[in-house]
Amino acid sequence: MSKVAIEVKDVSKEYRLGVFGTGMLSTDIKRWWYKIRGKEDPFRLVTAENDRTKASESEFVWALRDINFSVKQGEVLGIIGRNGAGKSTLLKVLSQVTPPSTGSIKARGRIASLLEVGTGMHPELTGRENIFLNGSILGMNKAEIASKLDEIVEFSGCAKYIDTPLKRYSSGMKVRLGFAVAAFLEPEILIVDEVLAVGDAEFQKKAIGKMKDVSKGEGRTVLFVSHNMGSIRALCDRGLVMEQGKLAFDGPVDDAVKAYLSQANAEEVDLHLREDRVGRGDFRFKSIRFLNAEGEACSEVLSGQAITLQVHYELKKDLDPKKLIFTVNICDVYEQMVLSFISDEMGFVPAELVDGGMLELHIPALNLRGGSYSIRLFSAHGSTGADDLQDVIEQAATLDVHPSDFWGSGKTTRPMYSALCAGEMKHKNT
Amino acid sequence: MSEKTQEHWDIVIEPSQSWRDNFDWKQIRKYRDLMWLLVKRDVVAVYKQTILGPVWFFIQPIFTMAVYILVFGLIADLGTDNVPMPLFYLSGVILWGYFSTMLTTTGSTFITNQALFSKVYFPRVIVPLSLLYSNGLKFLIQFILFLVVFIFYAVKGQVSLGTHWYLLPLSVILMAFQGLAGGLIVSALATRYRDVNFLVKFGVDLLRYATPIVYPMSLLFADGSNETLRYIIMANPMTGVLDAFKVAAFDQSFVQPYFWETLLYSTGVTLLMLIIGIASFHKVEKKFIDTV
Repeated sequence: MSKVAIEVKDVSKEYRLGVFGTGMLSTDIKRWWYKIRGKEDPFRLVTAENDRTKASESEFVWALRDINFSVKQGEVLGIIGRNGAGKSTLLKVLSQVTPPSTGSIKARGRIASLLEVGTGMHPELTGRENIFLNGSILGMNKAEIASKLDEIVEFSGCAKYIDTPLKRYSSGMKVRLGFAVAAFLEPEILIVDEVLAVGDAEFQKKAIGKMKDVSKGEGRTVLFVSHNMGSIRALCDRGLVMEQGKLAFDGPVDDAVKAYLSQANAEEVDLHLREDRVGRGDFRFKSIRFLNAEGEACSEVLSGQAITLQVHYELKKDLDPKKLIFTVNICDVYEQMVLSFISDEMGFVPAELVDGGMLELHIPALNLRGGSYSIRLFSAHGSTGADDLQDVIEQAATLDVHPSDFWGSGKTTRPMYSALCAGEMKHKNT
Repeated sequence: MSEKTQEHWDIVIEPSQSWRDNFDWKQIRKYRDLMWLLVKRDVVAVYKQTILGPVWFFIQPIFTMAVYILVFGLIADLGTDNVPMPLFYLSGVILWGYFSTMLTTTGSTFITNQALFSKVYFPRVIVPLSLLYSNGLKFLIQFILFLVVFIFYAVKGQVSLGTHWYLLPLSVILMAFQGLAGGLIVSALATRYRDVNFLVKFGVDLLRYATPIVYPMSLLFADGSNETLRYIIMANPMTGVLDAFKVAAFDQSFVQPYFWETLLYSTGVTLLMLIIGIASFHKVEKKFIDTV
């Protein structure tokens, strides 16, 4: 049985919210005065949960709450969660940048953390000098770096510029150099935060490959945070899902990804308050929500899976259902339509229209490449001419699609905004 | 596997306690390569892409000295206790230069390195230590300049090494540690109260005049001199340091009443500042990233 590399016990981290820094001396003196009399800190309000969508009454917030897990040596652990779920805070605590408020973390071996590529590099120094500087900041000593210098330069692909000051490098080259240094670190435990989200496709492939070698081949423990479900699934054996500072799921990586995608917070998007809409408004969209294949509310989906859109509407005036044109467009970030579903083309006529009713669109397989898509809702009565528009909302909701192995080739599709459909390539001699 | 090896952990991370936590000297040794690379970065990077390069190390003290000769020597005629003016002012300029850069650069350690500190762990005290050495290197270069000027006047017979020459290394060490200690205290305070940095930036310029740099100590003991003023200046811990340097480098005519008492006081204050500095820096280094 392999040994435990990291043991995290009851770790919590509390942060203070809002602007602080003004009038500090007076509050500090008051706090100190209460403290020496053994009273409770008057400025410490009841702490709240870390939910960034709700305004908090309290001045303090738990960024991490009672986190418990342990990682075995040689295990590759993926940590996923929404923005603000506490992933980065957890990594910061693990890499000793900031102390936990309670609890303890114990580890065997050196921990090297890669929360950023090229930390501490200096623009005036050459590439070579920066390799030494960056390497030693990450915890290597000079002899170690010198012995790996050639490999690092080779891996970065910057050999030609190695004696040029860093300020003349393109941003991509800086990233390559930074990652190359980190890739040749030899800690027992490596902590990586989404650094792979940079660089071109070729370099990303190289970086993921290197990470795989590090974990699989060299038996090191890796903790990896990413929003890219594709690379999480490719790299990790086990996944942790964080939600509002708490550990929501801990288990095999595929289950973790599933748990993450069906996470709560996928509530209905209320469209009542949207002012930026066009049309007469006799028929108005009230809300929209997405359901995944299991019928659970979601806001993210894996490419190729089924999804259902449910749109509630309200009616100010009786309208003829036969004349209603209801359209759902799925658009990319540039608001270019990638998919359109138009009711009259599809031969759909609602049996009746009632105030508070709901329209549903079921897509059996959402074949989109990974990306954040926006939903445009459109309705008209009679024709699609400007006079007959009832209600049009751009970017009514966003739907995050995670790439998957669409072609069954063992590779996930590249993240870009386009639809996918079946196809096959052949070579023929003419 | 025995119980004991199972319980062995290399790293234990726990909520920050107080300054009573052990200060981890072993860690500092482990990161000494980083310290030297930071020294190199500070020295090399500063004058890259300049025409004169390291010559700037000389230009600054020479010009400051020239202005002092003009203003305090020739116009104000404050006197230099029979020491050639260039030597007298140069000694003050290079010592004070080291002290004030040390105070301001170390003082803003946490603020200038915020981005770095929020991403990577290493003992934070490495940064002040690297500043101690990189500024020390600059001082060494400027000290060579001082030596050249000294030899020039020594050959001319206008100056000779004092009988208390052994105070020279002591004064340099006191200067370095006082700058470091002051900087550590300032850096710890500045993470909470940014005001401290502003205060130090102009305060150190004003403090220069409460130190015998542009005037000789004998002026304070001259007939009819203000006694309160004398005590204010002697309360400045840098006074003893500068005085000791001059007594060591020049001759005994510099030894004024209370010279040894002032030096002892300076040494005591330096040690005290060093203890407070290390303790407060250590207290802040773990948590500052949440408050800075």
